[in-house]
Amino acid sequence: MANVAKRQFDAVIVGAGGAGMRAALQLSEAGLKTAVLSKVFPTRSHTVAAQGGISASLGNVQEDKWEWHMYDTVKGSDWLGDQDAIEFMCKTAPEAVIELEHFGMPFDRVESGRIYQRPFGGHTANFGEKPVQRACAAADRTGHALLHTLYQRNVRANTQFFVEWMALDLIRDADGDVVGVTALEMETGEVYVLHAKAVLFATGGAGRIYAASTNAFINTGDGLGMCARAGIPLEDMEFWQFHPTGVAGAGVLITEGVRGEGGILLNANGERFMERYAPTLKDLAPRDFVSRCMALEVLEGRGAGKNKDHVLLKLDHLGPEVINHRLPSIREIAIKFAGVDPIKEPIPVIPTTHYQMGGIPTNYLGEVMVPKDGNPEVRVNGFYAAGECACASVHGANRLGTNSLLDLVVFGKSAGDSMIEFIKNERPTHKPLPENAADFSLARIARLENQTGGEEVNVVREAMQKTIQLRAGVFRNSENMALGVKEIAEVAERAKRTQIKDKSKVWNTARIEALELDNLIEVAVATMIAADARKESRGAHSHDDFEKRDDENWMKHSLFFNQERRLDYKPVHTKPLTVDYIPPKERTF
Amino acid sequence: MTYTQADKNRLRWRSRRGLLELDIVFEMFLEHDFEGLTDAELDVYQDLLMLPDIDLLELVDGKTDTTDARLAPILARLRHWQVVKQQ
Repeated sequence: MANVAKRQFDAVIVGAGGAGMRAALQLSEAGLKTAVLSKVFPTRSHTVAAQGGISASLGNVQEDKWEWHMYDTVKGSDWLGDQDAIEFMCKTAPEAVIELEHFGMPFDRVESGRIYQRPFGGHTANFGEKPVQRACAAADRTGHALLHTLYQRNVRANTQFFVEWMALDLIRDADGDVVGVTALEMETGEVYVLHAKAVLFATGGAGRIYAASTNAFINTGDGLGMCARAGIPLEDMEFWQFHPTGVAGAGVLITEGVRGEGGILLNANGERFMERYAPTLKDLAPRDFVSRCMALEVLEGRGAGKNKDHVLLKLDHLGPEVINHRLPSIREIAIKFAGVDPIKEPIPVIPTTHYQMGGIPTNYLGEVMVPKDGNPEVRVNGFYAAGECACASVHGANRLGTNSLLDLVVFGKSAGDSMIEFIKNERPTHKPLPENAADFSLARIARLENQTGGEEVNVVREAMQKTIQLRAGVFRNSENMALGVKEIAEVAERAKRTQIKDKSKVWNTARIEALELDNLIEVAVATMIAADARKESRGAHSHDDFEKRDDENWMKHSLFFNQERRLDYKPVHTKPLTVDYIPPKERTF
Repeated sequence: MTYTQADKNRLRWRSRRGLLELDIVFEMFLEHDFEGLTDAELDVYQDLLMLPDIDLLELVDGKTDTTDARLAPILARLRHWQVVKQQ
């Protein structure tokens, strides 16, 4: 390791979104030397995109209880969520939100000065009886406000930020313990070893594996890729949340209200295809059903556009008055991101990925847990994960709205506390680094530098995105997914031979994008294989050949080991911490 | 300042944002406009990138405006990419 500089910290956190910064605050305030690595400036993390709010049963507007929030979350997860983790999150939610308020987060308020709460889909009182107002928000800038609040608190607490650093690989010693990460400083192009007593991944989701995604370009699943390469399995990667009508080629969402106002979906032949699939409800059939029909039209060659890869949302028959009065923002989005004026032309739309339910397997303490010697959950010493990259699992097979921001702060803090305990009681001094800890990362970079006869990164990335969109999108059947498994394996082989023209050292964005693709492809392979294997329909995984949820055979978490391309499974946690188990029911709304 | 290729690459990286809507606009801008910018324009672009994502999106969307006349030409280009066909 002669040429690689080394730096030591008590804790190293990868990712500076809501989860990473909440954990960092806990550690820094406990007096631990804490480093946070981020590819971009912390307040530009994708947490900024969360508008809806953060849920907590404060009961400020209407009576509410955490047990009701827990019920909604379990039901939303389609009984794949771990009920101990769900109880922990929902029970902790009120104090987590009040803590943010005390940190200075500018929540909307009711007249008495308490935090205002708005209604949100899926939030109910008395175990599904009626809607309840549970979502706390800071106007439509909740994520922005959360990031700024946490960043400022971290600056005050002397957290050390490494901005525009990209973590490359996890460092595990001979015992399998995590002792640090390797990372690339973009400004110099140098690789460093960051030696730590404990490491937390809070790297966000990997929505960019899909061609149609609402995720920002930075969401490349870096933490998941690093885990995959280090032998840590990825949990429940077949579960991705979709929205039916994203603008094709852009990902920006068109609200479902458009179809409520009379907008209709057409295929390339101009056929109103929903009449065929749902003769009564037509375009107003449930969200997931419409999504699947849209995908099926594309799959069967009736997609519109030169690549036949989308369908059309037609509004012009409503007339300019209705469009201008009732749907002004939709017209604006269509003009900006699709280049069409819906008064004259239909909007190209496609089911669009929004959120990753699966991730790095953790418990509710943020500890990374893997199978070992017949035990499905053994702690990886020194390794923690929180936020969208982690799978605690509170979202199970589908996430309830506004639980994502809650997940960040609850499990960010919980992981931070676990790391403090671990450092204090089990790892007061650094465990030695293995010999040549950076060699693996250096070899990856050297491979990229010296590659000849390979393909450009964006060509391979597009091939991956197209495959995942078509084969692991909303429409899933055995035949299609089997093709996907074969195709993504071929793309993964191509990804091993990516080539970059720019060999410069400093701010080499081509190199960074190639390294990001290394991470994306691991997630894409995990998603495709885990989806193909699950022979049931549950939550966001809707399988056309197995239309029912199958609790007897499939109420279990998948674990994908990338190196051996092998799937394993582990039981769902059915024992909450203090309350009774919520038994499975048919999920009707 | 005088911008080297490395400086320009730094600005390219900093055009990666937390919001997809901005990523899309900046991607078009980087592809079509960026290499033609003068050093003075790059100074302005650098300043613009310092804004928080939400404020930047409102500016690019034309929902807010700025009194800083220096920003106007670059902002006009960014706004232009909001209204051209993306397909």
